[in-house]
Amino acid sequence: MSSEQFATAPPSLMQSLGAKAMRLGIPLAAQIDITYRCNERCIHCYLDHEDHGEMTTAEILDVLDQLASAGVFFLTISGGEIFMRRDFFEILDRARALRFCVKLKTNGVMIHEEDAKRLAEAAIDSVQISIYSHRPEVHDRITKLPGSLKKSVEAARLLRKHGIKVFFANVLMKGNSGDYRGVQQLAADNDVNFSIDPTLTPMMDGNRDVLDLSITPEELHAVFRDPTLVPEEENMCAPPAGPLGEEDAHVTLPCSAGHTACYVSPYGDVYPCVSFPLPSGNLRKQKFIDIWKHSPQLEEVRSITVSQLQGCSTCVHGSSCTRCPGLAYMEGNMRGPSTIDCEKSFARTGVPSVNLERKKSGAVSGLVQIQTIVGIAPASSSAIA
Amino acid sequence: MGADPVSQMPETTKRYVARSREIAARTLGDETMIMSAKESSLFTLNGTATAIWNAADGVTPLGEIIDRHVCEEFDVSRDEALRDAEELVAELEKRGLLIVSEAPMPEAK
Repeated sequence: MSSEQFATAPPSLMQSLGAKAMRLGIPLAAQIDITYRCNERCIHCYLDHEDHGEMTTAEILDVLDQLASAGVFFLTISGGEIFMRRDFFEILDRARALRFCVKLKTNGVMIHEEDAKRLAEAAIDSVQISIYSHRPEVHDRITKLPGSLKKSVEAARLLRKHGIKVFFANVLMKGNSGDYRGVQQLAADNDVNFSIDPTLTPMMDGNRDVLDLSITPEELHAVFRDPTLVPEEENMCAPPAGPLGEEDAHVTLPCSAGHTACYVSPYGDVYPCVSFPLPSGNLRKQKFIDIWKHSPQLEEVRSITVSQLQGCSTCVHGSSCTRCPGLAYMEGNMRGPSTIDCEKSFARTGVPSVNLERKKSGAVSGLVQIQTIVGIAPASSSAIA
Repeated sequence: MGADPVSQMPETTKRYVARSREIAARTLGDETMIMSAKESSLFTLNGTATAIWNAADGVTPLGEIIDRHVCEEFDVSRDEALRDAEELVAELEKRGLLIVSEAPMPEAK
């Protein structure tokens, strides 16, 4: 034994653990959607809210046991609206008994004092609440649930009162794109973290109509240059550094989906990621570990390196692109470009990607996650994922 | 009947240790990740510390944990193992990751 037996995490520790999980073939992170049912009807949502036979309590508890055995540490419980399930706390209690690091995604509308207290007792990591505007008439028009902004903000206050870390997730679209500074202020006023997402995701069945609600390229361009979101514009919007070197391109993997991360739907379907709806197995027919280790679909995802990406491997944005393989898959080819990400790179740098040059037409929305930790982190800590 | 092995241990090793319910943890290969939601901090334990962590069930005396899970498995002397374990337990307790008690804590198991 030595003094190195116990170490507080340096900033790079997560990367180190991620690399180790990759080496060992362990799914470090998983998201489980416990229902697609929802009490809101957000105009941009990618889900079908009908219940087509979601897993029972016993099935979900068994899945949690299996995920823990497989090595999952970071567990996101999402939906749909998670509080629509009457067994939500039973599921949460099992998750915590299994010592997952639990993050919840909710609209918060159904969270009351007693719920906030129970969530605090469960020692969860954090709660993410979707907020679309600081103005009730705008937020409620998007959720189609009158009074929803008031209830969501009240939930955030209750959670903070009980010491729970809260994030406001602000998805931008037509109709609310000018309100994000108001949401940012609302977050600051309530001691809540804030993140903005100008990405709209196609429906899981492949329908892309919802993308018509995306913000314009000009608005995306402005978002990348807003100092309240991007304190280091010169880095964010720097000219592209060119494609990855040949050697790196042969070993660099597109992202963690299917490598150290996965997604489980309310029906037990396993996908590489919530944004990568490639059916890879079903937990009603197979054990999780068998799907994780032997699914031909996951094996195919894992076989892809940057050098095999059609168009992307030689693109000038190659070394800085945040190409999402799931969006590429939904566009038709998991080895192809994700035009949404190409548009994002173009909005950042003004330089078209190989894919955009080929297309020579049509602007598509961007995909980006810009996070600021309001009132906690220095401005320079903003991050792009 | 032989003497009670616990009563023969030094005072410090008679204590009981239990993992806090407030934390998240998972073993990854030969090390353990621990996340403290309150501190928003991530910690890692190496192999020997992981052995103590996994055995910290609230009912097994620390001395017994050291004998069974450190000295035997890692081939270190008892004195060295005891010294390092004390240091580790103190650090984990200070950070709220481990609960230490003079009496067994069966409810923590």
